[in-house]
Amino acid sequence: MNPNAMTVYRWELRKLRFQKRTYLGLGAAVAVPIIFVVATSLQSGGPEDVAFGRYIHKSGLAIPLVLLLFGAVWLFPLITALVAGDIIASEDHNGTLKTILTRSLERGQIFRGKAWAAASYAVAAILLSGTVAVVAGCLASGFNPLTTLSGTRVSAMSALGLVAASLGVYLLPTLAIVCIGLLLSAATRNSAAAIVGTLMISLLIQLIGILPGLGGVQPYLLSTQFNAWEGLLRSPADWVPVIRSVWVCALYGLPALGAAYLVFVRRDVAGG
Amino acid sequence: MTSDSSKPVEIRGLTKHYGDIVAVDHVNLTVERGDVYGYLGPNGAGKTTSLRMMLGLISPTAGCVRLFGRDPTASVSALEGVAGFVEAPRFYPYLSGRRNMEMLAAFDGNGAGSRVDAALETVELTDRAGDRVGGYSHGMRQRLGIAAALVREPKLLLLDEPATGLDPAGMRDMRRLVRRLADGGMTVVLSSHLMNEVEELCNRVAIVRSGAIVYEGEIADLKRTAVATYRLRTTDDVLALSVCERHPGLREVRAEAGEIRFSAGEDAVADLSRGLVETGALIRAVAPETATLEDLFFSLTEGPANGSGEPQALAVTAPA
Repeated sequence: MNPNAMTVYRWELRKLRFQKRTYLGLGAAVAVPIIFVVATSLQSGGPEDVAFGRYIHKSGLAIPLVLLLFGAVWLFPLITALVAGDIIASEDHNGTLKTILTRSLERGQIFRGKAWAAASYAVAAILLSGTVAVVAGCLASGFNPLTTLSGTRVSAMSALGLVAASLGVYLLPTLAIVCIGLLLSAATRNSAAAIVGTLMISLLIQLIGILPGLGGVQPYLLSTQFNAWEGLLRSPADWVPVIRSVWVCALYGLPALGAAYLVFVRRDVAGG
Repeated sequence: MTSDSSKPVEIRGLTKHYGDIVAVDHVNLTVERGDVYGYLGPNGAGKTTSLRMMLGLISPTAGCVRLFGRDPTASVSALEGVAGFVEAPRFYPYLSGRRNMEMLAAFDGNGAGSRVDAALETVELTDRAGDRVGGYSHGMRQRLGIAAALVREPKLLLLDEPATGLDPAGMRDMRRLVRRLADGGMTVVLSSHLMNEVEELCNRVAIVRSGAIVYEGEIADLKRTAVATYRLRTTDDVLALSVCERHPGLREVRAEAGEIRFSAGEDAVADLSRGLVETGALIRAVAPETATLEDLFFSLTEGPANGSGEPQALAVTAPA
């Protein structure tokens, strides 16, 4: 059987199983919802100033939604960057780029396999965190109907569907972060620089969003797209932010992904 | 498919610049099938950069590389039938040796996975194959590098200083391994700065200096270009000395420790023997102090460059 990008993808996933950083990120994705649920269970109130914060004691399904809002600040960008920023740069660090580039795979196939693996990890982390938040939230506050942002109540099953859909929409900016991480990983050839750089870019975009006089650009910032799922939690659903999230995230992610690809396939491998 | 008529390696005008630095300077060389080809030069002479270009890891500034007629910078398919490593072979330290091998074999396809056990056996790493590479010694990693090359069933093996950093036993074992592979019909290109290694293993060499080749060809031919020192004893050394001093082609003639010493090429020595017989100074012994590859190497890589890129007559002071 001839090797292809899927061969690389499968082996990248196997390699992730043997690396500590994999479990660091996934551990945080599991631990943070549990810590959040335990902490809020010990208090009578909740984070009133965020959407669904006031409902966390009434429905466990509010917990994952609040976590999505908090996680957008640094948690999920960091978990995403842990692998996306490392997956190419670590080859430089280990000196293994020359090892894999002298086999029977084109550089483009290797890049695609790595990109899919980084994206899979980010998706797995978000879905794992969301699942843990749903389970922990429902154990603490019950599998109860949820009040939407429009004030209407939806059944627990419908709310669960909305949470799943929200997680799906949340993946759009997450994948854009993956692309930025891949670019920094390929360009800097340094895992720490790529991981921190990816997180810094994410935080910088959030800072731009709170600068006075820049309200006009707010809908087009990557950080804003982490809130696009809120459109689904209205009655009727507001698809405008969701659709905008699709193309805004593409505008951030695809050029970064293309640049990462070009850097990877064209670079001289002179070190290691 | 590799072309049967194509040479394993053909390099023409290969040049690599890093800014103002010329790492490889218009290198031309040809490796024939069955060669064990030494790519010899001091550290920083551009050996590794050349090998990286051969393996398609870096693009030349000018010139071209062809492996069995194919361009490795255009497509990785040019590496079909080719394997090797540059500098120290590197692996994923958190994976076992076997898992590293399985991954690389998967990246090779073409049934390479079924050859992993045999390759590990060849380099005598079967017992440690389950251990993480992070715990391997340098020598074990070098051997794993050879194993990783062997699963590709290469016709051409490119090795960058494979014995560097090994202890004497490891160097011996590595040379035996390379010799065994070469005896099996594999073409080997071996970069090295270790003269005895190249002299022991290789039939042809390219000697590089500051990125440029100063000699390419058979080691035996290279040695013939050297003007070796001879020691001569005759039945009449006084007469013989005067013959030697007048004889064309002999240099640095001197009487020393009851012998006559001089530098000359082989043809001049043959001619001298006739001259001595004609004058009545019969030869008791004439002994060449043949230049080693190391002598020739230093002659070519130290001192002023001649810049011609052609083999030249080398004045070598051989050890007494």
